Amino acid sequence: MGDELRLERVGPGEWLLPRSGGMRVPGLVFADEEMARGLEGEDAAGGWSALRQLHNMACLPGIVGHALALPDVHPGYGFPIGGVGAFDPADGVVVVGGVGFDINCGVRMLATPLGVESVSDLERLADALFARVPAGLGSTGSLRLSPTEINEVLADGAAAVVGRGLGLPEDLEFIEEGGCVPGADPQTVSDRAKQRQFRQVGTLGSGNHYLEVQRVDRIFDAAAASAYGLEERQIVVSIHTGSRALGHQIGQDYLKVMEAAGRRHGVVPAEREMACAPIASSEGRRYLAAVACGANCAFANRQVLAHLVREVLGELFELRPAAVRTVYDIGHNLVKRERHVVGAVERELLVHRKGSTRAFGPGRAEAPPAYRAVGHPTFVGGSMGTSSVVMRGTPVGMAKAFGSGIHGAGRALSRKKAAKRYWGEAVASSMREAGILLRAHSLRGVAEEAPGAYKDVDAVVDATEISGINRRVVRLRPLVVIKG
Amino acid sequence: MPYAYRDHSADVAVSASGSTLEETMCAMAEGVFALMVRPGQLLPRRSVEIAVEAGSEELLLVEWLAELVAQKDLVGILFCRFEAAVRVRAEGGLALRGAAWGEPLDPARHAIGIEVKGVSLAGLRCVRTDAGWEASCVVDV
Repeated sequence: MGDELRLERVGPGEWLLPRSGGMRVPGLVFADEEMARGLEGEDAAGGWSALRQLHNMACLPGIVGHALALPDVHPGYGFPIGGVGAFDPADGVVVVGGVGFDINCGVRMLATPLGVESVSDLERLADALFARVPAGLGSTGSLRLSPTEINEVLADGAAAVVGRGLGLPEDLEFIEEGGCVPGADPQTVSDRAKQRQFRQVGTLGSGNHYLEVQRVDRIFDAAAASAYGLEERQIVVSIHTGSRALGHQIGQDYLKVMEAAGRRHGVVPAEREMACAPIASSEGRRYLAAVACGANCAFANRQVLAHLVREVLGELFELRPAAVRTVYDIGHNLVKRERHVVGAVERELLVHRKGSTRAFGPGRAEAPPAYRAVGHPTFVGGSMGTSSVVMRGTPVGMAKAFGSGIHGAGRALSRKKAAKRYWGEAVASSMREAGILLRAHSLRGVAEEAPGAYKDVDAVVDATEISGINRRVVRLRPLVVIKG
Repeated sequence: MPYAYRDHSADVAVSASGSTLEETMCAMAEGVFALMVRPGQLLPRRSVEIAVEAGSEELLLVEWLAELVAQKDLVGILFCRFEAAVRVRAEGGLALRGAAWGEPLDPARHAIGIEVKGVSLAGLRCVRTDAGWEASCVVDV
């Protein structure tokens, strides 16, 4: 696998991967010591290595600043999950693995006016959500869009769905990019991708996707919590899903296009799955236009699911749709053009965040006006039996991490090991004993998603706070978990 | 079983072997779809024809599996039986023509596993060995 990769501590929660070999920039890992040594050990053992993938990212043309790894980093498809890479638009590359198959997988959080005391019949709520929200293998949504209508969704994102009466206009202000990434061109998306999506609009999916009813358990940052409208004991709903089959087909289609294009343009990454092409090439531009379409499809998908949640809450608690407010909606598999200060100069960069969210700090115009003073929220999912965390970006994060944040705990066990160790029914029983109701379409999926299969989210959040790039706002505890 | 699963940090690594390339390709397909529904539960009631091309055996494997994954969404069938024939194209590269049989998901009869949504280039391997062929790749779930 090459020379041993060693990290050097350069600050609280910060570790440098010095330039070596073909690295054009150093790597910077945000982690505690145990995580840092774990990354070194993973690399030394051979096999898939997040640190090696960080090294390889740092070798790509046009990379700016540092190749970044956040505390939840683990091996991905060439590009580490929990990795951030910013590239110069003129001479840099766009990396398929830096987005992933599930384009704009992300989280929508809805806040209700309900307190824990108002939800006395959790079983009824769990059953209603499980019946209403299409999830799991083979599930289909009720919204069937014609090819023209699909193109509108790809071009306009969440607004296209709101325009059909599935949501509120005020939702859009609280979605990243207003629910529509600019530059989308439906012509860059194959008919196959659109056909695959035909039955999947407004579906949750499976794997690590979920819909959770949560209670706000503890407030760490009173000012930010107040800005977000979150109070202790409040009931919120989090929806974690992405662009479904359409996003995956875009990834599949462009994997071979970009691999071939990279070779043609003389870009040969260390791992073939780090397929990439120059941003300025025709292939690079088409891929970015297609990613924007995938992102918009995901925003629309979460919008439809939010509408379904509003319907259920309206039926069970007589809540008007406007009473269920979008707190925020943010993706964690995206590549976007952004402006950042690098070496005291503001410049445009193409920022890949794979398993990482935008976490812009206070004062940024990208945040809704109501959040501007504190920065927009980010969502960090724990396992389905443990807490999740709302965080926010900081000026330190803007300076050191291109305004990026963590998105989840990351897996501690492979799916294979988890399926051997855990039994779906037993996991569900344990969760029920802890006061968490689980409704799932796949018991094998439950085993693979068992709480013990994931790392400790508190450790990941602590490591992030040590470095100062993100800050806790509130902790959430699950009450109901819907899984595919 | 002609296929097996290996540890991967987030998704699933599938591997298979066979005495011929085609047998190995079909074994990989079995391994992919066995992730979605417990083996032995699907019936080969309907079929879909598959035709893909690629410049190498490895990339042909990706095209074959990706086409099957896409077809499950396009026609709503989960596959349990596969046939494949590979030939060298006169203009270079390889072509696979095959078929897959299966049926729509029936939650009353089928134990649902996890959905495979894409086929990556990670861990991609399709090589001739003394005993035949071996293949592997990581699928996105």
